[in-house]
Amino acid sequence: MSTAATAHDDHHHHAPTGLKRWLFSTNHKDIGTLYLWFSFAMFLVGGLLAMVIRTELLEPGMQFVDPEFFNQMTTVHGLAMVFGAVMPGFVGFANWMIPLMIGAPDMALPRMNNWSFWILPFAFAILISSVLMSAFGAGHPSAPNFGWTFYAPLSTEYGPASTDLFILSVHMMGISSIMGAINVIVTVFNMRAPGMTLMKMPLFVWTWLITAFLLIAVMPVLAGAVTMMLTDRHFGTSFFNAAGGGDPVLFQHVFWFFGHPEVYIMILPAFGIVSSIIPTFARKRLFGYASMVYATASIALLSFVVWAHHMFTVGMPLAGTLFFMYMTMLISVPTGVKVFNWVATMWRGSMTFELPMKWAIAFVILFTCGGLSGLMLAITPVDFQYHDTYFVVAHFHYVLVSGAVFSMFAAAYYWLPKWSGVMPNKLLGELHFWSSLISVNLLFFPMHFVGLAGMPRRYADYALQFADYNFWISIGGFWFGLSQLFFLAVCVLCALKKGEKAAAKPWDGAEGLEWEVPSPAPFHTFETPPVVK
Amino acid sequence: MSDDSLEHRNKRTLRKLLIWALAMFGFAFAMVPFYDVICDITGLNGKTSSTASSEGPSRTVEDRTVTVEFITQRGQGVNGDFMSATRRVKVHPGEITLVNFYASNPKTSDIVTQSIPSVTPGEAARYLHKTQCFCFDQQTLGAGERKEMPMIFYLDPELPRHINTLTLSYTIFDVTDRVAAANDAVINNNAVAQ
Repeated sequence: MSTAATAHDDHHHHAPTGLKRWLFSTNHKDIGTLYLWFSFAMFLVGGLLAMVIRTELLEPGMQFVDPEFFNQMTTVHGLAMVFGAVMPGFVGFANWMIPLMIGAPDMALPRMNNWSFWILPFAFAILISSVLMSAFGAGHPSAPNFGWTFYAPLSTEYGPASTDLFILSVHMMGISSIMGAINVIVTVFNMRAPGMTLMKMPLFVWTWLITAFLLIAVMPVLAGAVTMMLTDRHFGTSFFNAAGGGDPVLFQHVFWFFGHPEVYIMILPAFGIVSSIIPTFARKRLFGYASMVYATASIALLSFVVWAHHMFTVGMPLAGTLFFMYMTMLISVPTGVKVFNWVATMWRGSMTFELPMKWAIAFVILFTCGGLSGLMLAITPVDFQYHDTYFVVAHFHYVLVSGAVFSMFAAAYYWLPKWSGVMPNKLLGELHFWSSLISVNLLFFPMHFVGLAGMPRRYADYALQFADYNFWISIGGFWFGLSQLFFLAVCVLCALKKGEKAAAKPWDGAEGLEWEVPSPAPFHTFETPPVVK
Repeated sequence: MSDDSLEHRNKRTLRKLLIWALAMFGFAFAMVPFYDVICDITGLNGKTSSTASSEGPSRTVEDRTVTVEFITQRGQGVNGDFMSATRRVKVHPGEITLVNFYASNPKTSDIVTQSIPSVTPGEAARYLHKTQCFCFDQQTLGAGERKEMPMIFYLDPELPRHINTLTLSYTIFDVTDRVAAANDAVINNNAVAQ
């Protein structure tokens, strides 16, 4: 995207061009761009798999794929979206924006930055190769088919041979995430411009700093879990094997000790993005900055003591279920503080509704819906009914699609002028927004109803009474998937610099150091640190 | 701030964070023994003690009767019979009871089996004491053999009042390959040692 380096590059003639520029880049803007395109590509791949799922579920009965392949679709869809689309997407935003926001010339560890990006395409090539082999290979060897949560013994004793590809792939993604997180922390701690105290940092930087700590704390635990799987499968250990004295339920504890903080890894940067956008278009300072910081930190801390709410039905002592239930419900307090602050920021502001603001407001409303269904799921006795139904699917798609993904769209429309130097196409952007907003609700809202009525998740077929709802859910799915092509067009136009030229500060209410550099942002920025008053 | 010192500080922060990441990798493995301890205390996974209890019951509570049910399941790779002589017994806490289990091996080769117990409700697990159990050791079943496997147990007189029924489940696993692999490893090690 940013080929505009030339004019500002007078004393840096070493910058390579073409493929080498991207392969060997240590520039935070180039690496950010790579991450973002990679994330978008994975979003489309994961979306394609979701389309297979929705095509099969369009009508009751088996007509399009066999159940075995359906399971592979749900598994790889989840993995591609979580580890391929959402996490690298946020890392891309962090790479681009954190140095600009804190007045640093680059990320602290640029070579590691290059490495942490470039192992990702290989990790996903390995994972996706298993799907290609399953679809087109001789004998159709199964791709991972145990759900993205890869519970033992499904993934150990009963896992297909490709489970080992999956394990390698997860290890690589984990290493990439850990290195990315370390880079963010080192940058934020050591590279802030003079006068940029921690409590003056933009909230996006704050939320990412906390996210990075979560990543370092839990990605190694995930690595531990897949390592135990590997040794159980091939080296005779019995961590999760009951026959050898292990316990499959232990897997769920280890996994969700990673898994719940992981959920917040995917949403905290979204909070930061929305906290940047809403003040800009409400033309007011963010309401309750300090409380936002403390709320984010408390959500992060609480995320370590709620993991067992994913597994109430495995059987736990009463005291245990009560503890995890109350801790989970407690999280709604800091989350409520955040939603309150966003609404209070908008209250009596001079609001305008440019594209980033539209996405941000949709985020606040729809994320809150997803949060409320989460609160319902936290209640142990009712969770016994909702567990593993489409209600859960509706819940986490509301927080991840209309939450995390919408926030990324908001961020893209907000910062695209800075990255590319041109304004995103308004007509395409409006079509993208309204089309996505309507279809995402058509897609996920009815899932609440079929879930409450008892439709289980992860099945290739369903009882006849769910047919009408599923038909419309599938229509919503196809519609939402196609809507993303508008966004692809917006991004391609920006990358080709087609569009209205953007000013250094294209949004008049915007504040922050990133708007003090020209648009598009030159290849090197803040080589002399700005002074923050 | 000179460039040199910034690089130095970056490296120092990097080192600290890497150590932390490694420690968390270790923590994942530390969760395994920690989980076992939690299970022992709370009965979380319903596992009973894997060793024979050395002392008998202190007394028998004659005025209380508890139903103990038995469930048997065959794990992967086991296709013989596995059953208990009785589906349920009524016992007084402190009363020593013998229940026979039967396993058969229709295969033409010997198999080594391991049975894994589990108690529901989990909190009852530590009140179930076994003085003898086929699950304490691996059981070898000869080709075509049908084996009687006794289990002697008593319930702790302190069993909480609200537990009137408890279910003891056994799953039998074929661990022949696992044992063979372990023996090979031992033989190899000995060969190396010699």
